[in-house]
Parts: sequence; structure tokens; C-alpha cells
Amino acid sequence: MTKEMTCIVCPIGCQLTLEPQGDTFAVSGNKCPRGQKYAIEEMTAPKRVVTSTVAVDQGMYPVISVKTEAPVPKELIFEVMKDISKVMMPAPVVIGDVVIENVQGTGINVVATRNA
Amino acid sequence: MLKYELVVVGGGPAGLSAAVEAYEQGVRKILILERDKELGGILNQCIHNGFGLHRFKEELTGPEYSRRYIDMLDETTIEILKETMVLEISETKVVRAISAERGYMEIEAEAIVFSMGCRERTRGAIQLQGDRPSGVFTAGTAQRFINMEGYMPGKRVVILGSGDIGLIMARRMTLEGAKVEAVCELMPYSNGLTRNIVQCLEDYDIPLMLSHTVVKVHGKSRVEGVTIAKVDENLRPIPETFQRIDCDTVLLSVGLIPENEITQNAGIMVDTRTNGPKVGELRQTEMPGVFACGNVVHVHDLVDFVSEEGALSGLGVAKYLKGELETASNFTTANGDGIGYVVPQTVTMSNVDDQVTFYMRVRSVYDRHIVRAYQGDTLVAEKKERKFLPAEMVNFKIKKDVLANLGDGEIRFVVEEV
Repeated sequence: MTKEMTCIVCPIGCQLTLEPQGDTFAVSGNKCPRGQKYAIEEMTAPKRVVTSTVAVDQGMYPVISVKTEAPVPKELIFEVMKDISKVMMPAPVVIGDVVIENVQGTGINVVATRNA
Repeated sequence: MLKYELVVVGGGPAGLSAAVEAYEQGVRKILILERDKELGGILNQCIHNGFGLHRFKEELTGPEYSRRYIDMLDETTIEILKETMVLEISETKVVRAISAERGYMEIEAEAIVFSMGCRERTRGAIQLQGDRPSGVFTAGTAQRFINMEGYMPGKRVVILGSGDIGLIMARRMTLEGAKVEAVCELMPYSNGLTRNIVQCLEDYDIPLMLSHTVVKVHGKSRVEGVTIAKVDENLRPIPETFQRIDCDTVLLSVGLIPENEITQNAGIMVDTRTNGPKVGELRQTEMPGVFACGNVVHVHDLVDFVSEEGALSGLGVAKYLKGELETASNFTTANGDGIGYVVPQTVTMSNVDDQVTFYMRVRSVYDRHIVRAYQGDTLVAEKKERKFLPAEMVNFKIKKDVLANLGDGEIRFVVEEV
């Protein structure tokens, strides 16, 4: 069965059409190769980058922003959030500093996205 | 008196890009005035990712995007005054500003870039009825509270308006443990990017109620609930559909307005279609030496294009200071059927390098349509998209050699059926 979806890889938001083709799908409507990868992943194992904040001690603001360095499985989002909420980083923090290593055993780090 | 070649009013993405480009073009005495305690503007609270795909070919969060520009600034001799508020600009381009540290100051500028950004429409702007308890915030205010101040403004939320900040905040509050009951959108279509509807609402099963609005806010000291209603084709609430939703927080994502008090006080007219000053291809305003870029000109949906516009104004400043900026324009642009506005409003060919990017917004959702540029009855160029949405700015590039074939006059942009 043909399936339509909006690519969320970037803000362009291509309209994708997926046609089943054996074990996988033929993807059309994508303007870049990432659209194809996204569409197939979305059908089989959807993933998202999680962005949030962690508390920081002695920073300009009480929190700094963080992200998962790569998309994590969608079903782990709230578990990742729980881990993130437990962290307190001492200032100074620099963009890219690891906040949590290998979050939820995904092999992906949570890193700072702003300086403090 | 302090003297600069260029004074940039506002250190958000537009102003940073304008300053960096002007510097690269050889302008040396540059001052950025920023009212907040750090540069970066609204990007600092936009901690989600998706910024920079056009500009840097990678996906960054807001603070990372602004840091790229701040790092570029650090390589230059551009000066920055933070926690400094510009009060007004005189006819002779004297910038009057104030800060706690330095008090009142007057700065003589040869050129000025306006990059003040925009502000959110508030409860007052949409005349939201009912009680006036605490717990009603603009989405951007809630965003700042959560993402910068580390303060969670509520637990049970109704969001009015489906602009991008509203959608982003629906997800953000959900991730932080709040329950978002609904996002109500007055129009029959969303005002946010489709991508945000997917990853912010659908991912978390948050209902998007199109053609719905909040008709009343309830609560004495704190919000206790709202009454929502479906609206008819004239956008009037239908009484039979009134429905109460209990909540402690209402977020408003009901549009942005370019912040042009300084512009207007300087005697520069504001275009009623964009709510920003009319600008030329290098973002020159009608006041010689004064440029404007970013959300102060028209509200953008992607920061990448704000940076692009900032760079255009930086280039314009450099040309102006060298006495190379031609002032007599060849073309004016007009918004025809289906188009809400077009930026730039004028084009001067001798200032154009290779092509002109015309930014515009369509008035409603158009499937199987095309945007065409005409001069009189002559078709100049066309722009194809699978779908045109009011939420997604159209980026219509026309090559200089195509424009060179035209006589001076008006270029009209229209949406037509395919």
C-alpha cells in the first residue's frame, strides 16, 4: 500500500511517497538522499534528536541547552529525558561538552549546545 | 561623540550576519548595539534543532547557530555594546542609546542597519475574552522561561495558534512532563511548518484542532480552564460547539509583528503588507544609509534566510560607504492574486550581482498551483512547488539577465492554477 509522509529531516519538509518494494520501500518526492533514509527508518525504527536543558551551577543562566548527538529511538525519548533531568553541570561548559555518555545504552552522547 | 562607519541595532541573527558581511567587505569601524546581556537574539531560547541547513549545511540548535556567528565576530574588530537600548535615530543618523553602565550616549553613524527582529502578538492583540488570571503566556515567553531561566510555567496546557513557536512549545512542555490538551488554530490550516506538526504534535498525540479558537479564559488568580469553539467560514465561533477544557496554562502563538518603533520614529514609512520598512535588493530603506534586514523587514520562518538577508544588507552598507550604491530603482514589485507581500519592494539593477531572490508569502493553501512573475502581460519567470502554504515563505530567484530584458516598471507576482 502506498504511504505518504512529510520528511522532517530539515525544515523544507518534502512530501514523500513510499511504495512497498519487497522488504523495503521505494521512496519518491525527496529532494535529498536523507529523505530516503528517513522514510525507511520512519517505517521500521523511527528516531528523533532530543533537545532539552540541564541545570548548570554558576552559569549565566540556571540551565543550558543540550541535545543528543544523533537521533535516538523514539520509544526511548522519555527515558532520555529522565536521565537529562538528573544532571547538574558545573560551569564552565563549552558547546560540545559531553553531558551524558552513551545515554540509555544507545551509544549516543548528550552534549551541551551552549556555553556556560 | 562616538563615531562609527556602521551601527547595527540588534545583535540577533540578522544583525550578526550584517556586521560580519560588512566587515568582510572592508568596513572596519562597526558597532553592534544589543539590549540583552548576550548576542544571538531569539536563537538563544530556540534550543531545538533544524537551524543552519542552508547556511552551514548541517543541522544545528539555535544557540549553536548563533555561536557560529559570534565566533566569526571574535575574529574581527567589530565592537559590541550589550545591555544597551537604542532609543532613537536622528535624521542625521545619530544613534541615541542608553545603558546602565554608560548612561545616555550619542553615536554618529555613517550607515545604520536595523535588525531589531519582531515581537509576539499578545492576548491584548487578539482581544481574548474572559478572566485575567496568571498563566496566560505568549509561547516565546514560556520558551524563554523553560529553556533559559529553567522555570516550568505550567502543567496542563492549551495552546492557541499553531505558529512554529506554539508547536515547538507543545513538544517542549510535553517532554518536561506537562500535558498539552490541545492546539487550537483559528484557520482551517496550520501556520507552522509541516515538519513541526509531525514531530511536535503527531509524535506525542497532541490534537491539532483546526478552525477552533479559545473564546474565553476562566480562573480567578490562576487559569482554571478555557472555553474553546469551532468557528464558521467567517471565523466566528459557533455557540453550539462551545466546550470547556480544564488547564492551568494558556500559550499564545498567534503571530509575530516586526518591531519598528525606531524605524517609524526615524520617519521611515512602514509597509502595511509586511509591517516592516520598504527595502531594495540590498535592503536599503528610503532613508539614505539606513538598511534593514531579518524579521524587522518581514517575518521569516527560517533563520538561514534571515542570515542571507543580513548579508545582503552588509554588502549594501559596504557599497554605500564606498559611494557605489545606486539609488534610482528600475523595478517595483507588486503582490498580485494570492500573494500577501513581496520583498524587496524595489530593485536597482546596477546593485545586483547575479540574481535577485524575491521573498513572498501566499495568502492561503494552494495545491497544484504555480507562482509567476509578470511585467504587464509578459511572463518573466515562474516558481514551481508541490504545494504553497502561507506558513512557508516562497523563495523566488530571478537571474539578472532575465530581469535585464525588461523595461523599467512593475514586476507583479501572482499564484495561478497549473
